[in-house]
Amino acid sequence: MRHRASLILGAVLVGLMAAAGLVSLAWTPWPLAEIDVLNKLAAPSAAHPLGTDGLGRDLLSRLMAGAANSLSVAAGAVLLGGGIGTGLGLLASAWGGRVEEALMRLCDLSFAFPALLFAIMLAAAFGPSLLNTGLAIAFINVPIFARVARGAANQVWVRDFVLAGRAAGRGRAAISRDHIVPNIAAPLIVQATIEIATAILAEAALSYLGLGAQPPAASWGRMLAEAQTLLWVAPMQAVWPGLCITAAVLGFGLLGDGLRDWADPRLVRRQA
Amino acid sequence: MTAPLLIAEGLRKTYPRPRRRLLRAEPPLVALEDASFAIAPGETLGIVGESGSGKTTLARLVMGFERPDAGCVRLDGQDIHALPPRALQRLRPRFQMIFQDPYGSLDPRRQVGWSIAEPLRAAGITGRTSLRDRVAEALEQVGLSAADAARYPHEFSGGQRQRIAIARAVVTRPALLVADEAVSALDVSVRAQILNLLMDLQEAMGLGLLFIGHDMAVIAALCDSILVMQEGRVVEAGPTARLITAPAHPYTRALMDAARGETLTRGAAP
Repeated sequence: MRHRASLILGAVLVGLMAAAGLVSLAWTPWPLAEIDVLNKLAAPSAAHPLGTDGLGRDLLSRLMAGAANSLSVAAGAVLLGGGIGTGLGLLASAWGGRVEEALMRLCDLSFAFPALLFAIMLAAAFGPSLLNTGLAIAFINVPIFARVARGAANQVWVRDFVLAGRAAGRGRAAISRDHIVPNIAAPLIVQATIEIATAILAEAALSYLGLGAQPPAASWGRMLAEAQTLLWVAPMQAVWPGLCITAAVLGFGLLGDGLRDWADPRLVRRQA
Repeated sequence: MTAPLLIAEGLRKTYPRPRRRLLRAEPPLVALEDASFAIAPGETLGIVGESGSGKTTLARLVMGFERPDAGCVRLDGQDIHALPPRALQRLRPRFQMIFQDPYGSLDPRRQVGWSIAEPLRAAGITGRTSLRDRVAEALEQVGLSAADAARYPHEFSGGQRQRIAIARAVVTRPALLVADEAVSALDVSVRAQILNLLMDLQEAMGLGLLFIGHDMAVIAALCDSILVMQEGRVVEAGPTARLITAPAHPYTRALMDAARGETLTRGAAP
């Protein structure tokens, strides 16, 4: 039951954030970049439900646009990195031997290197932008998914139905596609959900450092950085993006936790 | 005598053992040593022995899942371990396998019909109607109905699943069927049904059968000839009638006694 609750709460939080982000693509209460210096740091009012920032821009509008940026970069990065990593993991598992050994040692190598430091290095080399941030986060996800996919796939490869597939005359690629992928999809989906939470944090951290979204684009991490200088004057400026980051990370974390229970094969069998 | 369907010659298989000391490698585990036999078309050869006697290793070598360290397996005169992968793939419809655990041998995420059609698709038969017809035919051959093709493995009992696994194994109309402990995981009541089904299919299709088991009573009832294995070696081989009446090796006698004892206790029970 606990998992049921976390699944629902997570789905609601993620759904809210995603909806806010989607709406912002078409409509925001105020134009995103409209500067109104006379009204800067305004308190919440009917016109500006959450007030305005240091340049008089509507906070709610910028938080919504920030949701679109954060979620799309995080989800896109995890999908890209997870897809490549899963492919490598499947390859390692299907071929075994030296291929597997080499790929997995490469993964170990990349785990030994601090991920955030690597992202900063990338931004320094290729210039700060939201795209480069996404690519860096995707790269970090490759070995994570390679390892999870390979571990799960290895457990499936020894099952009798895979042997039956080999006896049927199917090749490694066909078996990977038809038997391995459907049987490891559940743990990968769980992993992806949890990694999206981590990716949102990473994107916020990189944007906070000025390596992600560039002004005037809105991003939660960037908003935190801008609010920092005004912390004593207008503390709420930092609270709102902070709350959004917390809610999104918590939402994906709870969703992953709930999905893990749903994906548990033992539970599936009990229902059957 | 007709040309044999399957010939195994001097099969040997070892597995490396983990080192226990840094500088001295452990001697490898010899799972199978110098095993030879032949199966004629339509003949049933039983391989009997306790767990660890090398029976399953033998099945894996015959199916081409693993390579022997020495010796060869010939099907229709072709050494299956020397064939290029594509050629082996083309030969696959000729020899199929039934596994011990009916719960593990069917992909839980696939409909039963999909699993049964897998060997056909691998053999390049792709037409939807012809696949459906062949699957329906195979399902009916094993005593299930064509409508079962759309159901999932978890909807069936162990005995039914084993029937499905048999349907998958015979759907390509193979010449050889390898059954590795195919009835050991089943209830005693279901066991006889599955054995009867195997015998019926064998008769109807002229199947050569390599039946691997540990229960001498089952093997003797089913097989034309028997190979007794112990610790990776063949200790005795011969026609069933001779082996039962005049077992030469003490281990064969022990297996016979064990089977007889089981029958006695079974008979004595109400």
